[in-house]
Amino acid sequence: MKMKCTNYITLEFLSHSANEGFARGAVACFAAQLDPTLEELGDIKTAVSEAVTNAIVHAYPDRLGKILIKARILEGNILELSVRDWGRGIADVEKARQPLFSTGGEERSGMGFTIMESFMDRLAVRSQEGKGTRVTMRRRIQSRRPVQ
Amino acid sequence: MEMNYKSENRQLTITLTGELDHHAAKGLMDSIDRCMEQNLPTKTLLDLGGLTFMDSSGIAVVLRAKRRMEALSGTLVVVNIPRQASRVLETAGLGRYVDLV
Ligand SMILES: Nc1ncnc2c1ncn2[C@@H]1O[C@H](COP(=O)(O)OP(=O)(O)OP(=O)(O)O)[C@@H](O)[C@H]1O
Ligand SMILES: [Mg+2]
Repeated sequence: MKMKCTNYITLEFLSHSANEGFARGAVACFAAQLDPTLEELGDIKTAVSEAVTNAIVHAYPDRLGKILIKARILEGNILELSVRDWGRGIADVEKARQPLFSTGGEERSGMGFTIMESFMDRLAVRSQEGKGTRVTMRRRIQSRRPVQ
Repeated sequence: MEMNYKSENRQLTITLTGELDHHAAKGLMDSIDRCMEQNLPTKTLLDLGGLTFMDSSGIAVVLRAKRRMEALSGTLVVVNIPRQASRVLETAGLGRYVDLV
């Protein structure tokens, strides 16, 4: 579905785990202009954190690589986020999206995609082995402004 | 991310403050392991009241603490869970495995 974009930001950074907090904080600051509730902001930060952590941990397991976030505001108070990496890629996306599926060992629980899916309205994952992954999410922000 | 603890009559209370993400979880898991080994608690309260953010990395931290307590034949209870962290834990269905208060 093509929708008019009224504002956007692009954020590029290296896959250091120290950047996880920066990435979710920056997206939350941008999203603030949609006047979200604290709960909506929490959901957005969580979804960003999941996607960025996946890029850091799974896409580039043994090297540092580039991560690109695009945040767009679409007509109808909708926030669209895409998180992209040029890392290892996912062999079977459908399987990877299942709850509890993980290639990450004891430090991971296999719930990242499930959390993104339930905290956002829409989640799309495109990936190619050896080429990278792009996760796109949308969330409509209910306006907090009281009805006059 | 900050971790504090107190131990009394083999009841250990671990208090977490700040943001619990993958970056913080790496060191935190080791700190919790060491704290349990030193104090050998029969019961641990994991107090999340000071967390301003938690993602799925926190699920693994809680599950690992639970397994460590089981190895010590003790129990783990997670208390004072803030709203955002609670949404993450609920989505993961963690209440089936761990006592969340
Ligand atoms: N950007 C990515 N690049 C390569 N593989 C990925 C990427 N994102 C996810 N994956 C794969 O999909 C699996 C599932 O991801 P998901 O985020 O649901 O769980 P996890 O990261 O393993 O655990 P958790 O997010 O609960 O800590 C990962 O274990 C990994 O194999
Ligand atoms: Mg993940």
